[in-house]
Amino acid sequence: MSSNSFSYNEQSGGGEATELGQEATSTISPSGAFGLFSSDLKKNEDLKQMLESNKDSAKLDAMKRIVGMIAKGKNASELFPAVVKNVASKNIEIKKLVYVYLVRYAEEQQDLALLSISTFQRALKDPNQLIRASALRVLSSIRVPIIVPIMMLAIKEASADLSPYVRKNAAHAIQKLYSVVMAFEEVCPDRIDLIHKNYRKLCNLLVDVEEWGQVVIIHMLTRYARTQFVSPWKEGDELEDNEKNFYESDDDQKEKTDKRKKPYTMDPDHRLLIRNTKPLLQSRNAAVVMAVAQLYWHISPKSEAGIISKSLVRLLRSNREVQYIVLQNIATMSIQRKGMFEPYLKSFYVRSTDPTMIKTLKLEILTNLANEANISTLLREFQTYVKSQDKQFAAATIQTIGRCATNILEVTDTCLNGLVCLLSNRDEIVVAESVVVIKKLLQMQPVQHGEIIKHMAKLLDSITVPVARASILWLIGENCERVPKIAPDVLRKMAKSFTSEDDLVKLQILNLGAKLYLTNSKQTKLLTQYILNLGKYDQNYDIRDRTRFIRQLIVPNEKSGALSKYAKKIFLAQKPAPLLESPFKDRDHFQLGTLSHTLNIKATGYLELSNWPEVAPDPSVRNVEVIELAKEWTPAGKAKQENSAKKFYSESEEEGDSSDSSSDSESESGSESGEQGKSGEEGDSNEDSSEDSSSEQDSESGRESGLENKRTAKRNSKAKGKSDSEDGEKENEKSKTSDSSNAESSSIEDSSSDSESESESESESESRKVTQEKEKKTKQGRTPLTKDVSLLDLDDCQYSCICTNKNSRAASSNEWKRTSCPLFLSKTALHFW
Amino acid sequence: MIHSLFLINCSGDIFLEKHWKSVVSQSVCDYFFEAQEKAADVENVPPVISTPHHYLISIYRDKLFFVSVIQTEVPPLFVIEFLHRVADTFQDYFGECSEAAIKDNVVIVYELLEEMLDNGFPLATESNILKELIKPPTILRSVVNSITGSSNVGDTLPTGQLSNIPWRRAGVKYTNNEAYFDVVEEIDAIIDKSGSTVFAEIQGVIDACIKLSGMPDLSLSFMNPRLLDDVSFHPCIRFKRWESERVLSFIPPDGNFRLISYRVSSQNLVAIPVYVKHSISFKENSSCGRFDITIGPKQNMGKTIEGITVTVHMPKVVLNMNLTTTQGSYTFDPVTKVLTWDVGKITPQKLPSLKGLVNLQSGAPKPEENPSLNIQFKIQQLAISGLKVNRLDMYGEKYKPFKGVKYVTKAGKFQEDVGGDFFSIGEYHLTAAHCNSKGRKLQ
Repeated sequence: MSSNSFSYNEQSGGGEATELGQEATSTISPSGAFGLFSSDLKKNEDLKQMLESNKDSAKLDAMKRIVGMIAKGKNASELFPAVVKNVASKNIEIKKLVYVYLVRYAEEQQDLALLSISTFQRALKDPNQLIRASALRVLSSIRVPIIVPIMMLAIKEASADLSPYVRKNAAHAIQKLYSVVMAFEEVCPDRIDLIHKNYRKLCNLLVDVEEWGQVVIIHMLTRYARTQFVSPWKEGDELEDNEKNFYESDDDQKEKTDKRKKPYTMDPDHRLLIRNTKPLLQSRNAAVVMAVAQLYWHISPKSEAGIISKSLVRLLRSNREVQYIVLQNIATMSIQRKGMFEPYLKSFYVRSTDPTMIKTLKLEILTNLANEANISTLLREFQTYVKSQDKQFAAATIQTIGRCATNILEVTDTCLNGLVCLLSNRDEIVVAESVVVIKKLLQMQPVQHGEIIKHMAKLLDSITVPVARASILWLIGENCERVPKIAPDVLRKMAKSFTSEDDLVKLQILNLGAKLYLTNSKQTKLLTQYILNLGKYDQNYDIRDRTRFIRQLIVPNEKSGALSKYAKKIFLAQKPAPLLESPFKDRDHFQLGTLSHTLNIKATGYLELSNWPEVAPDPSVRNVEVIELAKEWTPAGKAKQENSAKKFYSESEEEGDSSDSSSDSESESGSESGEQGKSGEEGDSNEDSSEDSSSEQDSESGRESGLENKRTAKRNSKAKGKSDSEDGEKENEKSKTSDSSNAESSSIEDSSSDSESESESESESESRKVTQEKEKKTKQGRTPLTKDVSLLDLDDCQYSCICTNKNSRAASSNEWKRTSCPLFLSKTALHFW
Repeated sequence: MIHSLFLINCSGDIFLEKHWKSVVSQSVCDYFFEAQEKAADVENVPPVISTPHHYLISIYRDKLFFVSVIQTEVPPLFVIEFLHRVADTFQDYFGECSEAAIKDNVVIVYELLEEMLDNGFPLATESNILKELIKPPTILRSVVNSITGSSNVGDTLPTGQLSNIPWRRAGVKYTNNEAYFDVVEEIDAIIDKSGSTVFAEIQGVIDACIKLSGMPDLSLSFMNPRLLDDVSFHPCIRFKRWESERVLSFIPPDGNFRLISYRVSSQNLVAIPVYVKHSISFKENSSCGRFDITIGPKQNMGKTIEGITVTVHMPKVVLNMNLTTTQGSYTFDPVTKVLTWDVGKITPQKLPSLKGLVNLQSGAPKPEENPSLNIQFKIQQLAISGLKVNRLDMYGEKYKPFKGVKYVTKAGKFQEDVGGDFFSIGEYHLTAAHCNSKGRKLQ
């Protein structure tokens, strides 16, 4: 045991010592609890001493060993006091390891963990940005509720840090804060209404965001697009019928686009998203490619989704886990739109070296893609699969052949013949599977197949697989009038072996007996009664039950009721043929690429992909609709307040923006005027909420003044002067014409401010800066709203931190600190404390 | 997103655990073990498992299972891709991704995991950045560290993280400035009994080894860029440039990395460099069979085909094989029933062949299916697709770098099936051939 304590001594200590240590543990550990504990104590004693020594090297050794213990999942919590003392160590490596320890155990030892807090607070002011960042990270990972206020303070400071790295960490930390505070709170699904302002920015920056962020953003934007744009498939509905031909014959995309344009024009924002995600299909990260693929699948016009197949097929060269997920998704897609993957049919050919789960998935896709044109090639391919040494796969292939046979009428007979040939296969699993599939096929076409049934009856002598035996018996029973000579003989044989059969088979013997009794009682009466007697005393109560039921039904006696008259009809009714369907049929209601889709169950936290809205694609209408949605989501009373606040901030945002571009002093004044406006606005909204109906005029005037405020500010601005004021006027007009609440007008302003940024973003490098600044502003504008809003902000801030590195921070950081942070924090605090 | 990670070895020991949020008990892995037991072999353990409170997403790499614990909806590929990135990083740091290596370096592993994932969300996954944060272990460094007391944790923030190009560190300096590109192509093919190609495509990658000082801006152009059918890029490549001019323009990361991978799939472009003549027959009612295969060159563009290996998974009833070969050596493993024939080079004058007797279990029925052959080979100085690098230009730095390109063609998944009849059409089916051509050329 003591050797174990040295096992993580030093990397250079070599593997041997470690392994010895490991062995020692594993052999000793079962030797009794007492020994284990005593040695643990001893070891920890010695670790404590090392931690208290003056030498950094000893401390480092001790910490390394402790981390080793954590990694093994052993309990090292009693060392907590000794470790915590070292949190102030000057040695950066010791410090990091102590952090690792703290993150692991602080939750269990909350009181002691508080001891370390002051050190963190000091570390947060460290000149080294790396230390600041990691202190913040640990602080936010500690998960001790009491420190939440401290955390908020720290995050506030960090978000105004000069180092973007620290800010990025702050963004992560905010999330963590929330996970502590609102342990049960789901990530609010209504945050979709908060994406609006950032939508274009996100689209434009997507390519430059780091790859993990891309995946998250794309998934989010997919959901967003489904609520905000009308379906591009609308007019496709007419085309739906000949969609197949579409893909097969016509590759000319332009023609299609032209066709589509007449009845339906895509929202430019919708187009923007589709266009900007396309390059990401080329990403080396499979998750990104899959994310784009599902975006195209869910929101692009059907005619354009074709481009994703090539990239998905490329992913099939990747490792088995990626293949597995990608194939599953392709399987779902290929059910609905065969044409997409037909050109890549051969990429789904099975290789003998594939794992079985990959093989079965490929088989599934091949089946989905089968049609009259390619079926002969496919059958030839299947024929090699049937002979595979992997019997599970061979069985799956036989099922597949059955499905092809039912789907494509031309080959039904060929398949049936092939399957019959397989009945003489040497492998029992293959034969059994064939029997089961043939049974289903025969059931579907009740033509004369006497020969096949006879052949199968003979098989009963040799085959032992219960499912197959049961299938044969059922078939004979069903067709007992077509094979009048064989059926009773089979029953005779079965009566003999009844007791040794599987339950499944016994049930079918009972069925067969009953059917024969009804059709041919002369020959089989005694046999059936014998079988019923055997069944009566069977060990399995299902069988006893069934026996009783059948006896009452078919054997006439004085007690038998009216039902027995219909016994024949009951037993020999025409039965509906089973449908041979793809197991992926029911998965399409899940968003592709999600965990829920893979598991085919709704995973925790899965957000339903909403249906396309029915609203006309007019962008301004869309904006209105957006706000209405927002209203629905927010509690009734709150909504107005929120909206008015929104309006105010979006205004101040524009002011800030214009002044920013001219000079610093102006920005100062701009934000001031914003604050003034704010108080006015708040009063306004109060009125609004109190006297809902009558206050319209008041609010109108309030808004008017706000707008005027803004316009004056704009006149000052040198950079944008004209165009901006024009914009403002437009807004004004719009807001007047639309007979609506503040909410609407504010949203229009938002969108127009966005479109400004959009139009500016023509030249690449500049646009980035501009949008980034914009983003900052929007952030400021939005942060003080409500808790929901700030939640998204966190996301937003995180992304911005990721992608806005070269941001100039001069004046804006001050503003940020002054306006948004305290407000945001106090709001959250209010909300939760 | 990712809650916890467990590393499990082949014998089912959990030898490392790391939690990014609240601690999840090891017992969650029992569900994984259950699934593992159900699966016939390690390859068939489902990558995504649902348990009552968590979801387990796992990958299998180098005889280790990386099992991550997830609590809410997340794109599974996101996690899988990340886990592979973790395994790649271990490989990169310790030279191998094995239990021993991870146990030896448990502290570094912990530090790495801490950096790579923050609160379950990937933070730093670029190897260039990680290496600046945490220096990889070397014997020299551990000696120096123990003497001077310095550590392997960087105390400054990696510069790349703050620049616009997060994959490259700043202040790179070399005395010899070099840029090498390896164009490696693999042929995947399935060839049927008659020798005609059922399916063939070329999978290519360009691996780069760039050791250039400063911030070089490179552009690589091809003689025939249209060949590249479907390409995936390293994030450093400017996509717009490629779209408009078909030129790869990029500021490279420092060191080794994969620049692009591509696919050339249109059938007629794929030349199959080797052919195999074979006859494998088993007599009814006797416990032996005949085995005879010969390999010859075909469409090899005048280059030598080397490193040929033929692998055959013989049917289970085969007990042993007595073969003679004209070239190379063969082994037959009676447990796994795998026949491996290491051929070496092909000389057209004398084609290598392998023939002899197959002993079957007495009394067992003869195998119904003839096995498929998997073939590996290598052709130096040839990219079988015909892809050629035109030139490499460097901007942004003054010095003259040393530039080189190497071409290799390899067999990828090259399979031939020697099948029987089912639907009355006989076919023989070669699953995958890999060609790979390498050559080095100076410009």
